[in-house]
Amino acid sequence: MTDLLLEARGLCVDYGSGPGAVHAVADADLVLHRGEVLGLAGESGSGKSTLAFGITRLLRAPGVITGGEVRFYRPGGSPVDVLEADEPLLRVLRWSQVSLVMQSAMNALNPVMSIRTQLTDALRAHRPGMSAAQRRARAAELLDMVGISADRLGSFPHQLSGGMRQRVMIAMALGLEPQVVIMDEPTTALDVVTQREILEELSALRDRLGFAILFITHDLSLLIEIADTIAVMYAGRVVERAEAKALFRAPRHPYTLGLLSSFPGLHGPRRRMTGIPGSPPDLRELPSGCVFHPRCGFVLDRCASASPPLGPPPGGRGRVVACWLHDGAQSVPEPLAKPEPDHIGSTL
Amino acid sequence: MNAIRLPRSPKILTGLGLLLGFAILAIVGPWLAPDNPSTSFHNSPVPLPPSAAHWLGTTALQQDVFSQLLSGGRSTFLVAFLAGLVATALSVAIGVTAGYFGGLADDLLSMLANIFLVMPALPLLIILFGFLKSSGSNDDVIIGLTIAVTGWAWGARVLRAQTLSLRSRDYVDSARLIGERGWRIIATEILPNLTPVVASSFLFTVLYGVGTYTALAFLGLVNPDNWSWGGMLFFAQLANAETSGYWWWFVPPGLAVALLGTSLALLNFGIDEFINPRLRVAGLTRRAGRRQRAGARPPRRYELGLTPVVRTPAIRPVTTTVGGGHD
Repeated sequence: MTDLLLEARGLCVDYGSGPGAVHAVADADLVLHRGEVLGLAGESGSGKSTLAFGITRLLRAPGVITGGEVRFYRPGGSPVDVLEADEPLLRVLRWSQVSLVMQSAMNALNPVMSIRTQLTDALRAHRPGMSAAQRRARAAELLDMVGISADRLGSFPHQLSGGMRQRVMIAMALGLEPQVVIMDEPTTALDVVTQREILEELSALRDRLGFAILFITHDLSLLIEIADTIAVMYAGRVVERAEAKALFRAPRHPYTLGLLSSFPGLHGPRRRMTGIPGSPPDLRELPSGCVFHPRCGFVLDRCASASPPLGPPPGGRGRVVACWLHDGAQSVPEPLAKPEPDHIGSTL
Repeated sequence: MNAIRLPRSPKILTGLGLLLGFAILAIVGPWLAPDNPSTSFHNSPVPLPPSAAHWLGTTALQQDVFSQLLSGGRSTFLVAFLAGLVATALSVAIGVTAGYFGGLADDLLSMLANIFLVMPALPLLIILFGFLKSSGSNDDVIIGLTIAVTGWAWGARVLRAQTLSLRSRDYVDSARLIGERGWRIIATEILPNLTPVVASSFLFTVLYGVGTYTALAFLGLVNPDNWSWGGMLFFAQLANAETSGYWWWFVPPGLAVALLGTSLALLNFGIDEFINPRLRVAGLTRRAGRRQRAGARPPRRYELGLTPVVRTPAIRPVTTTVGGGHD
């Protein structure tokens, strides 16, 4: 894959510093290619939003990035080291190259400004050459793109439904045709029908405009449908990353397996739903060794003492997992050893 | 978590320490005073500078400044805290009632508060105190109550606005639906949520009380037998102590007023920090980092949109050894 767009290596994020610091993200790797949909899944507090906001350096105090590399590869330009970038450079990058769809459209839209004003705001800042008429035309085009009729331009946020507000947010994020759109649980507050419509529109827009999406959600079943690649996070670490289909059909990490068996499938034989026993660890006092071992059903002796590296499992194509079960020293339990699906679609 | 975490920011500790010192001074000061503050000792025509006999020198009337300073704290403290207590009680009663019940009660009480807000407090107090002084009834309690009457309105406005926003919250609605009475809702659902506002409004009013009482005494509107720091400044001013360089006469009372005000302001900042955990975390981590020294240097400044990057030498074991590349 040559079209590398965004790359994070060994990113660490702490909240606070000193002995009381919470290590919210530890040593996380993330690679995003042109036009790819990368899903970031994990339960609440697993650090998925922190990771995404760390990449864009948008964390609030007391968030501190304590290590790692983040590179953004500008099309036709030199790569940008985001962690070394100064504010003017970040300001140019943000929204024109990397935009963000926030979780609650309710709070993200300013209630006293019309949709038109809020849509044209970024255009005015980033495209000084545009005339007011051009900006208005572009705003109408954007609204039309997300399936809202252009005569809604004069509306205020309270006059729109929740789904429409979220569409406006997406339209805003696409306004400057960015390379990467980060979506932080964009459909969590919506009902499943609206959610479905928006996701389908999003996929169509992605096919047309070719932007990449970093999609953050706790809804793994949603990701399996929309994402090309899925990274599963647990306690601030990426524990498994694989093609969506491979992750769904043949999970390799016990945590992924637990997540997958906590929602029912529509097709196939009936199976017993099981949750994951226990609750997520306190990020200030992580368990020794593998962070998941106290809740793991396949725990080995060394899980409590040594932390497994994130690496390719034997026979795994294009996937990585952080689990001692796959180091070849013992036989892998049957649920974690399902064969890779025959046909793995390309990431595009 | 304990029910009440002990706030331990340096602001709160300093403010609390200073205030405690002044409180002790207010209680025992008059007894500790080596001399009667009104007694004249010598026959010198000019104030004497600090000496072994008079630690802070003497006034033009040859009274002991140190004794005046120790005796003057009690009335300042008493007046300011009485004013703060009464004014806060008034503002809670009027502000919360107006905000919660609304309608005609709100209109009338808000009008009352507005009237008191637009009345210029100091000229009014000067007139009132002139009257009180001539009628001979100006002891600390009456002075405190008078200051309270002119100082409650601002707090009432703030509390009314906050109550307006609180009374439409879901938990208040549900309390109303299960049939709780208005006063019970105010006491159990609304007032606890107003605590930070009430506390900071109280400290502000006490601060206002210190300033107002000192100002009025400085203007000579308080019975001069009743020693206070403002009264000391009044006599120092009368004798041109500033221009004549009798610093030992006016600096100690001025400093005492300033420090008392500082302690109250610091406590108020501390309350801010206590309510807003973001302020607290940032402050505490910065201190923890300073204490650490050797380890990671915490960022000097957090800025929205520019998350600081502080590279720590690997404290935690590096987990990834295999390059986790996707392709």
